[in-house]
Formats: sequence, C-alpha cells, structure tokens
Amino acid sequence: MEEKVKEKKEILLQGNVACAQGALAAGLNFFAGYPITPSTEIAEYLAKNLPKYGGKFIQMEDEIASISAVIGASLAGAKAMTATSGPGFSLMQENIGYAYIAEVPCVIVDVQRGGPSTGLPTKVSQSDTMQARWGTHGDYHSITLAVSSVKECFELIIRAFNLSEKYRTPVILLMDEVIGHMREKVTLPQPEEIKVFNRWKPTVPPEWYQHFEINPHFISPMASFGEGYRFNVTGLTHDPLGFPTAKAQEIKDKLDKLRNKIEHNINDIVQVKEEFMEDATSAIFAYGSAARSARQAIRIARQKRIKVGLIQPTTVWPFPDVYMEHMSDKLELILVVELNQGQLVNEVLRTNCGRARIRRLNRYDGELITPDEIFKRLREVR
Amino acid sequence: MEQMTKITYRYLRTKKKFPSVWCSGCGIGIVFGTLIRAIDNLKLGKDQIALVSGIGCSSRMPVYADFNTLHTTHGRALAFATGVKMAKPELSVIVITGDGDGLAIGGNHFIHTARRNIDITTILLNNNTYAMTGGQYSPCTPFEKYGTTAPFGNVERPFDPCDLAKGSGAVFVARGTTYHVIQLQKLIEKAIVKKGFSLVEVVCHCPVIYGRLNREGSAVEMMKWQRKHAVSIESAQRMSPEKLKDKFLTGVLWDIEFPEYCEEYEKVIARAQGRS
Ligand SMILES: Cc1ncc(C[n+]2csc(CCOP(=O)(O)OP(=O)(O)O)c2C)c(N)n1
Ligand code: SF4
Repeated sequence: MEEKVKEKKEILLQGNVACAQGALAAGLNFFAGYPITPSTEIAEYLAKNLPKYGGKFIQMEDEIASISAVIGASLAGAKAMTATSGPGFSLMQENIGYAYIAEVPCVIVDVQRGGPSTGLPTKVSQSDTMQARWGTHGDYHSITLAVSSVKECFELIIRAFNLSEKYRTPVILLMDEVIGHMREKVTLPQPEEIKVFNRWKPTVPPEWYQHFEINPHFISPMASFGEGYRFNVTGLTHDPLGFPTAKAQEIKDKLDKLRNKIEHNINDIVQVKEEFMEDATSAIFAYGSAARSARQAIRIARQKRIKVGLIQPTTVWPFPDVYMEHMSDKLELILVVELNQGQLVNEVLRTNCGRARIRRLNRYDGELITPDEIFKRLREVR
Repeated sequence: MEQMTKITYRYLRTKKKFPSVWCSGCGIGIVFGTLIRAIDNLKLGKDQIALVSGIGCSSRMPVYADFNTLHTTHGRALAFATGVKMAKPELSVIVITGDGDGLAIGGNHFIHTARRNIDITTILLNNNTYAMTGGQYSPCTPFEKYGTTAPFGNVERPFDPCDLAKGSGAVFVARGTTYHVIQLQKLIEKAIVKKGFSLVEVVCHCPVIYGRLNREGSAVEMMKWQRKHAVSIESAQRMSPEKLKDKFLTGVLWDIEFPEYCEEYEKVIARAQGRS
C-alpha cells in the first residue's frame, strides 16, 4: 500500500495515476476497461491497486462491454468507473445514454486525443468537448468536468464520483494526453480532508419502494440488486416503478425529472475557477490543458500591465450560463482558447448575446498551445 | 396444469400491467413459465435471482418477473450481467437473450463471457429470426429459409449456438425445445446449479413472424415439427447417421469442470493483499 499517500508531503505524480488514486479515495470498488492510449495507465494502476482494497478490476472485450459492466456493477451496489479515449468514448455512447435514463451513478474518464477516428493516439486535443455533452442520442443533461493539472485529476475525479452518486447520473471527466501523461509535484489532501458522498438509500419498505420515484428533489433513493427491493431497470422510457410506459404524461415526467435534477442543482454542480479577475477588463476563457498555457500567458500580460484574467470552468457541462452572462456585462473582451476547431466558444457566444467582444484561438495540430501564442493573440485582438 | 399456473403466478409482478407484449401462441411464454418452475424447484429466493436481458421479444421476459430485473441494451446483457455478478457474486445471475441479441450484435460478449467462465446462466431463445423488428434474417436463420431481408432465401450459414459456446469455453451446454418442457426445466435447473458459464439453447417457435414467413403453420404445427426433429443425445447414440440427418440434438451436450472467474478473482484479491 506504499502508493497510498500517508502524510502530507509533496510527491511527483502522473496525471493518470493521480486520477486512479483519486478514484480509490472516492471509494471506487469496480473498474472495467479496455486498453487505449493515452488512458491505459489508469487501468494498469487500478489492476494492481484496486484488489489491494478488496475492489475488482476487469479488462473487458471492448469499450461497449466495459461501460455495460460498469452500469451492471453500479446497480449491484458498486462505485464503478471506466477510463478511455476518443474511439472508446464513441463506442460507449449508447450505454452512457442507458445510464442517463436508468439513472445509474458511474464515472467515465475520457483522456482525450486527436480525432476524428483513430486520429492522433499520442497527441493532445480537446475535441471531445461536445461529444461529452451530446454524444448519445435523445434528450438528456450531462455533467462533465475538465481537469487542467495533475492535482485536479485527483480532486475532480472525487468530485465526479460525488456528483454521480448524489444525482444518480453518469459523470464524465475530461482529461487529455498532456495532463494524463504529465508528471507534476503535488500535495494531495489527507484522507480525513476528503469528502465522499454515497447515494441515498431507500428508507421505505420494499412494498412502497419506487426505484424511479418522482419527488420534490427529483433524485430517487437507490436500492441495489439483492437488497430485497426487486425493482426493474430498463432503457425503455419508464414509469416510477421502472416499467416501460407509452403514456404521454409519464414520458414527460421522466424527461422533466432528468432535466430538473440537474437544473435545480446547478449551483452545486457548476464550478468556475478565476484568476486575476478582480480588476480584469478582459479574460481568457480556457479549460483543460489550454488553461495551463493561458495562465502563463496571463502572467506575461500582467507584467505588461494588461488587465486580463483567467476563467477556467472545471464544470464544462452544464455550461456556466449564469456566470458567463454576468461576465459578458462586466468584460470588454473574452478570448476563448481551445485545442479544437472551436467547441465551447459557441456556448460563450450564446451566453454573450453580442455584449462583450468574443475572440477565439484554436490549435488542433496535436501540439499544446504555447503561452506565447496566446499572448500574441491577446495583443492582436485587444 | 393448474398447479403449474399457481407456481408461475407467485413469481409474477403484481404491480405490472398485463397482458404481456407476446403474441398468443408464442413460445417465449413457455420458456418463461419453465424458468420460473426451475427456480421454484431449486428453492432459490426471489431476492437471490438477477434476471438480465438484452432487446428483443425474448428479452422482454425480466420485466414480468418478481426478481432483481435488468433489461439492458441490444446485445449487451452478458456484459451488464458480468458487472452485476462481479459486484455481487452471491446473486444467481441468469441472462435471457435471443439469437440476434446474443449472437449477432452481442456475439463478441457471448464468446468472451463463455471464455472467462464467469458463473452466469444464459438462456438463448432461438426462434431463427429477429422477431421484434419484424422477421429479418438472423445469425441462426437456416440456409435458404426466408426473412424480410432475405426475400430470396438466406445464403448465409447459420451458427450452432451450442457449438459456439463449447468452442468459446462454456462449461455446460444444453439444448431444449418449447415442446419438451419437462426436459427443458431439468436442463435449466442443471445450468443454474452449474458453477461457471452455462448455456441452454431453447429451440423456440415464433408462429407469428418466422412461422408465417416460412409457411411453417400454426404454433401447434411448429411444435409438432420440434417433436419430430428433436433427438435426445442419449437416443442419438443408438441411431445411424442417415437417420440423424435432418434431426437436431437435445439434452446436456457438454459438461466439464473449470475454475470459475469470480472465485479466481477472489484469489487475485488475496494475492494483492499479500494473504497468499
Ligand atoms: C443498437 C440496436 N440496433 C438495433 C435495434 C433494433 N432491434 C430490436 S430487437 C432486434 C432483434 C431482436 O432479435 P432477437 O435477439 O433474435 O430476439 P427476438 O425478438 O427474435 O426474440 C433488433 C435488431 C436495437 N434495439 N438496438
Ligand atoms: S413476434 Fe414471434 S417471437 Fe415475438 S412475440 Fe410474436 S410470436 Fe413471439
């Protein structure tokens, strides 16, 4: 167990390993996955360390099977996750939709690489941002978090599990090749500093239990298989008991519930990190590894007395609408930096409604954007 | 008969609206009743059973039964079931699948779940077609038979699900029919009791879609065909190859011992924790 941090000291850690350690700290006890660069180290670390804590690891025959096993395990009471990259994330989409409608807590880590298709297995990208929101078919509401440092890998995977358990929904954690493979010195929180949330369990007798109960919180307590509740789970649109329905009112109630449990808790779910924003008249909007370079670029700009700050959403979905609307009033300029051809910039434009000037900077050649590039672009558009 | 119905009734979901989605005369209900009687006879508690299925007419079965039930996506039942079984090995996990669900879209999961030898009982209802979507040809549509997507006759070679399971590593493989229900119940009981991956293929009549497309007559006629063409593996040993030509074998076709996956994984945990 030497890998588990015992005392508060600085250690050198790889992003993927930090993610796996964070998952263990959050109470992970089931992992199913299929090897894919640049996420494989997560699986390898857990294959070795999960059984040490009595948890279970399985390498499935593909990513479709991996997400299926994760959902099955969660329904039987496990805290379950999988980790993959673009091609595998695409394969998982149908069953991620299943987890939305069947309200099954689970965490999906996507260590992004360049796409489409096999794309750039060893190169960085943020081009799965929209797929994390709209990857599967139908109406649903995604919770997606994005990391920009090794420390955040550890912290945000815990938050991903907590949100997933709290809201009975799959949560996606977006990493990328650079963060996944980077080694950084980090000080991790002590076990007693870590808050872990576990799903609400039913308090009613089995005769009264409704696995998909509609209540004022929109979140139904969740029994596991084998606990005496004998409920039905289906991917067909269902009534509160979990039986397939074709009744218009029941269908609408179900879809409203999926939306409301996210929308009514938006303040708990959405988090944005700010830096140098107190006196800023312009901002760089960046998440994931683009935010690292942006932070450096801002330091350069600040030395030149440019009043620019950083907006880094660690919750990418739901998009921080209210916060960004406020920023559009406050700021003259927002520069959106992304390692793709422009995905979240469209959300910034949507919430901005023509108020601040929105400019973009995109890099999608597999290389990390540099602070100099960002600084240059900032000067250009000011 | 009355006795049988009484047993079945005890396992039906009282809150679920009936009738079922199945056509009258369909073989799936026979398999459902037989499965329930097998479970009842084995005296397994309702809480102990996890009934997992994919998508198809046959895969609608779990919704009606008062167990822990999981109706998954098309083809993926075995992969979901693997997660359930690993998280709660004390559950008896039974998978209901069709020939399309289990062997076309779910074929990869089928061979790998068998190879792993995880303790899951798979009941594959083989009606030789994709019934739910209206009778397209499946990986088990016999050569030259018809499907809506094989309007000139099927030119693909069908799978033998039992051979496939055996070749993939299943430790118990059996075949029954919707006509021979007493035998089928025994086969299902044996499969549930067996530790490891077991398959029971059920030759199941679909009079409304497959039967009509192939002019095989009513449910009764289709079951008469089963009676005429099914030969138990014991009787087959006394028959000439000539006589067996248009027949299919029923009974326990394969039964071996091999370490079960979840039990092996417990050893992994013990090793990782330095206990062995
Ligand atoms: C991904 C996906 N593709 C296709 C379908 C449509 N579909 C539903 S049931 C089915 C075939 C079922 O056939 P089988 O498993 O043999 O079951 P049966 O209805 O014959 O019992 C198909 C193709 C689907 N639900 N999901
Ligand atoms: S279509 Fe065939 S398999 Fe489906 S319920 Fe009707 S008879 Fe049964």
